[in-house]
Amino acid sequence: MLSYAARRMVYAIPIIIGVALVCFMLVHITPGDPLVAVLPADASQELAQQLRVAYGFDKPLPVQFGLWLWRAVNGDLGSSIATGRPVLAEVLRAVSNTVTLAIAAAIIGFSLGLFFGLIAGYFRDSWIDKVATSIAIAGVSLPHYWLGMVLVIIFSVELNWLPAVGAGPSGSGAWSWDWAHLRFLILPAITTSVIPMGIITRTVRALTGDILSQDFVEALRAKGLRETQVFRHVLKNAAPTALAVMGLQLGYMLGGSILIETVFSWPGSGLLLNSAIFQRDLPLLQGTILVLAMFFVILNLVVDIAQAAIDPRIKRGS
Amino acid sequence: MSVSSNAMNDAALQAAPMANARGYWATVGRRIVRDKVSMVCVAILLLILLSALLAPYLHLADPYQGSMIRRLRHIGTPNYPLGTDELGRDMLARLIYGGRLSLLIGISPVILAFGLGTMLGLVAGYVGGWVNTAIMRTIDVFYAFPSVLLAIAISGALGAGIANSIVSLTIVFVPQITRVAESVTTGVRNRDFVEAARASGANAFTIMRAHMLGNVLGPIFVYATGLISVSMILAAGLSFLGLGTKPPEPEWGLMLNTLRTAIYVNPWVAALPGAMIFAVSICFNLLSDGLRSAMDIRS
Repeated sequence: MLSYAARRMVYAIPIIIGVALVCFMLVHITPGDPLVAVLPADASQELAQQLRVAYGFDKPLPVQFGLWLWRAVNGDLGSSIATGRPVLAEVLRAVSNTVTLAIAAAIIGFSLGLFFGLIAGYFRDSWIDKVATSIAIAGVSLPHYWLGMVLVIIFSVELNWLPAVGAGPSGSGAWSWDWAHLRFLILPAITTSVIPMGIITRTVRALTGDILSQDFVEALRAKGLRETQVFRHVLKNAAPTALAVMGLQLGYMLGGSILIETVFSWPGSGLLLNSAIFQRDLPLLQGTILVLAMFFVILNLVVDIAQAAIDPRIKRGS
Repeated sequence: MSVSSNAMNDAALQAAPMANARGYWATVGRRIVRDKVSMVCVAILLLILLSALLAPYLHLADPYQGSMIRRLRHIGTPNYPLGTDELGRDMLARLIYGGRLSLLIGISPVILAFGLGTMLGLVAGYVGGWVNTAIMRTIDVFYAFPSVLLAIAISGALGAGIANSIVSLTIVFVPQITRVAESVTTGVRNRDFVEAARASGANAFTIMRAHMLGNVLGPIFVYATGLISVSMILAAGLSFLGLGTKPPEPEWGLMLNTLRTAIYVNPWVAALPGAMIFAVSICFNLLSDGLRSAMDIRS
């Protein structure tokens, strides 16, 4: 097991360097001189040259990448042009809000997805199956940012039950798990949960169907096991794949939160990314994407290893 | 395959070998035409596509012509069946015209990625060795980003614009299609007919083009149709963020963005463009599911 984990971690190193390279190149595919973004409008030639040297833009690209990567590994992602504060601190503060949202959405989406997927797979081709698969396909086809707007229209504009935007009564203050704050979480969390709900329903339905058609289920029933005990075996067999899909979905929710956070003005990493893009704050843009992508890579790694830990077939297979 | 009741008479028996000789794609075609859900989806998609293409001939209001005195009319207002937007422009006309750009930026990345990804995957799968390693490890890096994040990172760096959003979405989908193409190609590579072609002296390019492409295209195509729905949502999402088309162009994602300020005045008009994105996306998803089960002939 440990050697499998070690091997997976070694495989991840080139991916991590590649991801860092893509993030580094983002600044260099932007049209125009990257320096323009950090220069005051009335800057003199000398100031431009000074900044060029200070930011290292005068060096060849591979050297720049090496220096940038070395600083990033040591936790220095530069400073935001807009606020002047260190990028890493800004990103980590925002990510904590995104994690709050993703956890809430995961609780809703994963439990609904598991429930719908299991009953759809168990009662395949019945009306229950048809309802569950319809919900699932609607879930994966919904433009989630639009669903967010529709929920705001229903629950904030028409019914006036829940707040439309923000993450707490005092603006973007610290998050706490009380009702005054939770009210703000409900609509964004439901919106975020819809896609994972649909995907997990579809995955678990297919898994359950496959497992139920295998011979060992027949054998369990022939042995005289009660249906609830058969169900436990089905769950056990579906768990590794289902958990892997859930881990991946959690990663998508953390990394792909920009649209929903924009709709709800939720002060997370997505909203930070949005402001970085439109203020042309390149260090902040680069740093946010790097941190989110690294989260995703590490989460994938953890999922892989955890999957191998609970399912011995995977270790033997590789 | 169902056999009709008069299939047992002599004429039908003589025709039977002909029926067996029907090609794979003709069989798939017949199966998909019989699937009601798929056909309803095709009808809806054709309606949206044709009305978008033929919009100038449909006697619609000018989608760019606004008026300060008739802003944000409700759905069902005489002369404005779907109301007017925040600048007093006819919503029906804008929704129909909006299909042009929305479908273009939603579908073309998948078509481009289908071409590129198939090529890369075919080469990686057939040639193997270090070529495979080089292609697939590069693909892995792009795969290591959540797709929304990658699309927004590239679009955000390149700046707003139709071409830029198509480029960024193509980059998002190429790795996914390449992976499918590579695994399908690897499965086909060692089959006897490829071996026979190689033995008869065909070069690698001929084998890939003439012998393998036809055998790997099906599964890749089905996978690609499933991506159109995601691509529509992401493309409109980029416009929604302000990274796609610029005002005053009618485009569903952008319309949703500019109408957001109107949700307290006329909420349901503001929600209309999203309903169009949803309709197109769910139809493509259902159609892709239908196609997948139609191609799974053994079951």
